[in-house]
Amino acid sequence: MSIQIWTWILVGITFTLYIGIAIWSRAGSTKEFYVAGGGVSPLANGLATAADWMSAASFISMAGLISFNGYDGSVYLMGWTGGYVLLALLLAPYLRKFGKFTVPDFIGDRYYSNVARSVAVFCALLVSFTYVAGQMRGVGLVFSRFLEVDINTGVIIGMIIVLFYAVLGGMKGITYTQVAQYCVLIFAFMVPAIFISIQMTGNPIPQLGFGGADENGVYLLDKLDGLHKELGFAAYTSGSKTTLDVFLITAALMFGTAGLPHVIVRFFTVKKVSDARKSAGWALLLIAILYTTAPAISLFSRTNLIETVSNKEYKKLPEWFGNWEKTGLIKFDDKNNDGRVQYLADASKNELIVDKDIMVLANPEIAGLPNWVIALVAAGALAAALSTAAGLLLVISASVSHDLIKKMINPNITEKGELIAARLSAVVAVCVAGYFGINPPDFVAATVALAFGLAAASFFPAIILGIFSKRMNKEGAILGMLIGILLMLFYMMKFKFDWFGGGTKEDWWFGISSEGFGTVAMIVNFFVAIVVSRFTPEPPEEVREIVESIRIPSGAGDATH
Amino acid sequence: MDSSKEKKYWKKNLKYLSILLCIWFLVSFVFGILLVDELNTIRLGGFKLGFWFAQQGSIYVFVILIFVYIKLMNRLDKEFGYNN
Repeated sequence: MSIQIWTWILVGITFTLYIGIAIWSRAGSTKEFYVAGGGVSPLANGLATAADWMSAASFISMAGLISFNGYDGSVYLMGWTGGYVLLALLLAPYLRKFGKFTVPDFIGDRYYSNVARSVAVFCALLVSFTYVAGQMRGVGLVFSRFLEVDINTGVIIGMIIVLFYAVLGGMKGITYTQVAQYCVLIFAFMVPAIFISIQMTGNPIPQLGFGGADENGVYLLDKLDGLHKELGFAAYTSGSKTTLDVFLITAALMFGTAGLPHVIVRFFTVKKVSDARKSAGWALLLIAILYTTAPAISLFSRTNLIETVSNKEYKKLPEWFGNWEKTGLIKFDDKNNDGRVQYLADASKNELIVDKDIMVLANPEIAGLPNWVIALVAAGALAAALSTAAGLLLVISASVSHDLIKKMINPNITEKGELIAARLSAVVAVCVAGYFGINPPDFVAATVALAFGLAAASFFPAIILGIFSKRMNKEGAILGMLIGILLMLFYMMKFKFDWFGGGTKEDWWFGISSEGFGTVAMIVNFFVAIVVSRFTPEPPEEVREIVESIRIPSGAGDATH
Repeated sequence: MDSSKEKKYWKKNLKYLSILLCIWFLVSFVFGILLVDELNTIRLGGFKLGFWFAQQGSIYVFVILIFVYIKLMNRLDKEFGYNN
């Protein structure tokens, strides 16, 4: 059977599964809609968190990014896993004990102020919208490459599926579809990785094949370092970013992970505090399976790519090369007209441009794996994109219906009315996300990576101080969040979008990239919050009692309004 | 509620947190970034050690850290009678 028929079959089966789950797990109350009723088991929540977390970027782009950046790609591996240690130790148990529906709920109550709540809603919407647009685009890309439908039709199909289970099932529907999506995406990621690891090193475990040797007994990492040297690239195992920048980017991704609202709310769905800790453990274990495999795929596919195309006759290249050339993700320009592919670091002589996303999407074809494996990758990429999109859409709809309408505009709204408002805002959010997926503004790609900087610069300090400092008051927290996020936005706009006079790499403050600047903005947030709180009134007694109570795990009741 | 008991519990919790977070910092920021070049002179099979920490080892340690934390806290909760 052809790749396309296999893809239709696998995508069809998985989509039917998701819709079936959505119908089975409809939400009947706001509690079910926002936190799945609060009775999700730790393992199910770990599975759902892992799928929620691993987006189109983790599945499709990360291995390719590492492939092209070698050691520098480590920032994503450490950053996007290390954040879970912070989540498990510093946030999840206490926020679960607090027992509300959303992150702005915590900020608003802990800092006894609707101004604080509004700032939190603004940050949550900013972070989630930038992130969700990228997911819808990912859905469209997979459809267009594997099923040869128009990219916009792909986005619309994705929208309809997400709409179906996010609007119908809320958090409850999302949770159980995410459990299924994790299984699909991890299977789809691991099968080709295992095949290729056996092909290249004889070891079926990619994590071990990563340190393995080829048939001549040469370690693959050493071999690739050698190939890179021949072609003029920097050695694969050493980077080209400065140590300071690597340090700060890793930190920004870690603290950002721990401050992302769509990840935090997942911990509101379990029964008790010890379950919140447990599900963080499960989540990281399940995420680590993909994250320790990805750098092995990067190594295998980079070596494979160079060996297959470098200095080979263009006419004799395998079929996949032509397939991907059609999509524009591979470009070949025979500059010296010798009919061979020169792949070199020197831009004036280099004849080959390869998009990073190919490394996962085309990997099975490059390695000559059977058609069903190639189709499986498409189903896995869709699962990764859809599960993250759904989680983000829920945060957006809860911010509007719960934090804005119920908590600020109309506190007397009935339970039924709030549920309708939640569903309506989910519909609007899906449409906005779809619009950005079809007409991606240039800044989407740049801001997805920066969403972490924004989360680190705003939420992380406010939540940590809210738990670990009884003295922290509303003045400190609000000013800290505002200055943190505005500073981050300013730096990002200046150096990514060329606003405020713009600037090049030489103008970066202390040589820090926008990706790493989130850490600086976070430190500024902490500093401002602590200093301001010392010169302004202490928080009221009942707030100190809230803090004392969230530190003790027992008696975590159900999540309430 | 007995506030000195709560204080004791919180202090113990903070002690666990600081030890675990020191290890978290060590395996990622120190071994994987700050000392990567020094550690790369040591080999671990097909890997240079610093590179291994940055792309594999730190992640394994993160997973272990969370499970150790779960175990420690469950024991502590039991000891203080907070495990209902």
